[in-house]
Amino acid sequence: MRKFLKTLSAAAVLSLTAQTALAQEEVVVYHWFEYLPQSVIDKFTEETGIAVVMDTYDSNESMLANLKAGAMGTYDVAVPGDYMVEIMAGSGMVGSIAEGELANKGNIQDMWMDVPFDQGRTYSIPYQWGSTSFSVNKDVHPGNVHNTNLIFNPPASLSGKINMLDSQGEVMALAALHMDIPQCSTDRDQLKALNAMLLDAKQHWASFNSDTTKDLLVSGDAAVSMIWNGYSAKARSEGANIEYAYPDQGYLVWMDNVVLLKDAPNRANALKFMDFLLVPENIALVTNYAQYSAGVDGVTPLLDEALRTSPESNPRAGIKAEFVQVCDQATQSVYDQIWTNLRK
Amino acid sequence: MEHSKGAAGAVTDTYAKERVWLLMPTWLMLSILVVIPVLIMLVYSFLTKEFRGGVIWEFTFAAYDQFFFDRGLFGDEPVKIEWTYISIYWRSIWQAGLATVLSLLLGFPTAYYIATRPQNSRAVWVFLITIPYWVNLLIRTVSMKFLLRENGPLNDFLLMIEVIDEPLRLINTALAVQLGLFYSYLPFMVLPIYASIERYNFTLSEAASDLYATKFATLTRVILPSIKPGVIAGCILVFVPSLGAFLAPDLLGGAKNFMIGSLIEEQFKGSAGNWPFGAAASMILLSMVLILLMVFSRQQKKAQPQGGQ
Repeated sequence: MRKFLKTLSAAAVLSLTAQTALAQEEVVVYHWFEYLPQSVIDKFTEETGIAVVMDTYDSNESMLANLKAGAMGTYDVAVPGDYMVEIMAGSGMVGSIAEGELANKGNIQDMWMDVPFDQGRTYSIPYQWGSTSFSVNKDVHPGNVHNTNLIFNPPASLSGKINMLDSQGEVMALAALHMDIPQCSTDRDQLKALNAMLLDAKQHWASFNSDTTKDLLVSGDAAVSMIWNGYSAKARSEGANIEYAYPDQGYLVWMDNVVLLKDAPNRANALKFMDFLLVPENIALVTNYAQYSAGVDGVTPLLDEALRTSPESNPRAGIKAEFVQVCDQATQSVYDQIWTNLRK
Repeated sequence: MEHSKGAAGAVTDTYAKERVWLLMPTWLMLSILVVIPVLIMLVYSFLTKEFRGGVIWEFTFAAYDQFFFDRGLFGDEPVKIEWTYISIYWRSIWQAGLATVLSLLLGFPTAYYIATRPQNSRAVWVFLITIPYWVNLLIRTVSMKFLLRENGPLNDFLLMIEVIDEPLRLINTALAVQLGLFYSYLPFMVLPIYASIERYNFTLSEAASDLYATKFATLTRVILPSIKPGVIAGCILVFVPSLGAFLAPDLLGGAKNFMIGSLIEEQFKGSAGNWPFGAAASMILLSMVLILLMVFSRQQKKAQPQGGQ
């Protein structure tokens, strides 16, 4: 989902280890690569005297595999994506945080408090989030873009010029929002209707592609394309006359979260670290670096001008946002079948 | 042909004792790179699918059942024949077959032309044929996409010379996939045919025309039977990779309809896949190709007594 340059600076690790030797206190962070800027680490150490030791990973799955393979008890915090929080909690890998232990918990935006993977935020806090929807070429379609009909039941001017993400989970979830049915429906009539709706919509689609959505929009090969919000902003900055939709029916979101791991060796420091990331001034540094969005109140005024005013980073108010849900095996097999029907 | 067989026989006699050891590298390579992977695939195709990728070691026919039988969206309707995968295979076979025929139609005259040039200029022609293929297939396919797109150079040119009024929609169609396959594998047709024609003794053609054979009769009854092995090799080299291609369908066809290659790829992609089904689909493809090759080689054996005379 997120493509960072996969580099790990050996020098940085060495210098961090050296700091650890000097400092009495430390917090051991297991994090995505290139997702936590050095300025934030320095600020934390300066304010609290706690050194940050960090290891990195490049996918939720590899993080989970490494923790399961015996790294539990080594790390204090990790930064799993939304569905992975649920999986880790289900395997008893996260430690719970009592009410009042996080002084800045109140800073979490209301919309991110009762998330499906952690009701009431008992073991995770927001780190960064982004959204998935679609962008529309304003030259081809000058009208309102905020409606999923533009991809599932498009006007003639857009028919045959639509690119869908080549990703079953995201296409199915957006289709569910379009039809106003649950994402993991077990209702047969709803599933049949979903199957029929997708087969009918397919005649309007030009292609399935996830890797070059930005180029498709910039070159004009596609007039509409499903896309991630950050990627759409890049396409716009490269000259595409497009608008990112926050459809009336709703849009999809993903979120990375900081969790306190079970058996954290430095639990108190981990909580300080999490509290630190809930301060708007601190998490704004991360957002300005990663170019996504924070889930904390009061960050907006602290963002870089371009990012703050970017329409892609500012959802329309009052629109439903849903995470892609994890279905059980029996339900998933029906969705797999619908996906194959769609592609045969 | 007879001559070379005799030579090979002499070699084996000379090294009778060491033969086992001399063959070892070949056997090792075949077993490590071919036999073992195919066996793994065969075993996996009979295992139970694990949710979110991977397999459970329980024996089942589920993957093959899914391929051939349709039990409706919810798996409880009366059993029907599943046409989904058969139609995907049929589409791939059709596209690969057409690519083979097109390559043969263009490849044969090209190879004939090159083989009939003076000795010293043939190398230059072969060199020219291979130059585009020094570039990675992915890059060539993407370039093709740029050529074919709605506001690409091909449409611009056709509009300029006023052959068409509106840009043709070429990209994301079956025609674009066909063009991609044909272009990707054309040299695999030209080179084996060229090698055959180069070895062909052209005095046979002269003899045929001395015996009042027409040009067409010379081609079909003298030249073609003599160079048949090269033609068959060329056809196999174009047909088989076209059958499993997924770059052209993905990039030029817009991935809207699965071909065999993309269907199999989907089963191993990310956590949504179905490994046993992917293995079963591969085994079915492999069996089809094997049967095809066996039919070809049997025909060639049958034809040899006449062709060799």
